[in-house]
Amino acid sequence: MLKIEESVLNAIIDHAREDTPVEACGYLAAGDGIVRRHYRLANLDRAGDHFSMDPREQFETIRQMREDGLGPVAVYHSHPETPARPSVEDIRLAHDPGMSYVIISLAARQPVVKSFRIVETKVTPEEIFIVRSADEEVKK
Amino acid sequence: MEITVNGVAQSIAAAEPDLLSVLKSNKIEDPQMVAVQLNGQFVESSQYAATILSEGDVVEFLYFMGGGSR
Repeated sequence: MLKIEESVLNAIIDHAREDTPVEACGYLAAGDGIVRRHYRLANLDRAGDHFSMDPREQFETIRQMREDGLGPVAVYHSHPETPARPSVEDIRLAHDPGMSYVIISLAARQPVVKSFRIVETKVTPEEIFIVRSADEEVKK
Repeated sequence: MEITVNGVAQSIAAAEPDLLSVLKSNKIEDPQMVAVQLNGQFVESSQYAATILSEGDVVEFLYFMGGGSR
């Protein structure tokens, strides 16, 4: 299960919309088991059907997370024109078994956000629980 | 020997630990899938086994990230 503050969820949807037609990507960082913040990263590929992160920027981002008192728990990216499910490429390149993989689809009128665990090419959907920032009430 | 790996202090029993063994002990099954910095400098994967660590070294590693909607 991925618990995420509502404001962060909205922010990654905004990021996906802003970067369209290019795929947006970034990290999600958690504190106390809840995603508190997103970190935008550049898509080196600048493509609508692919993304790659710059390792140098990844290192800088992870260090910033630590300074913020948070830790990485998920990678997110957008699918501007396809559904929110891992592509063959997503699965092939999902090397980190400790991460959740969040996909934001803009293919339909309303954005769709889904999260997956991907371990050795096995894909397992996971629930997303939205947490209101103010009172930390959890809703599905 | 005390080193720091991804921000966490670790004690290493070996007198002259190499970078590859440290990655393996941190559950990196395939070292080709990670980028590594030693004291802030990138290390080429071909040099992991030949890179000997020293007291106080700071090792950072992370997985390459990419994907696509194809």
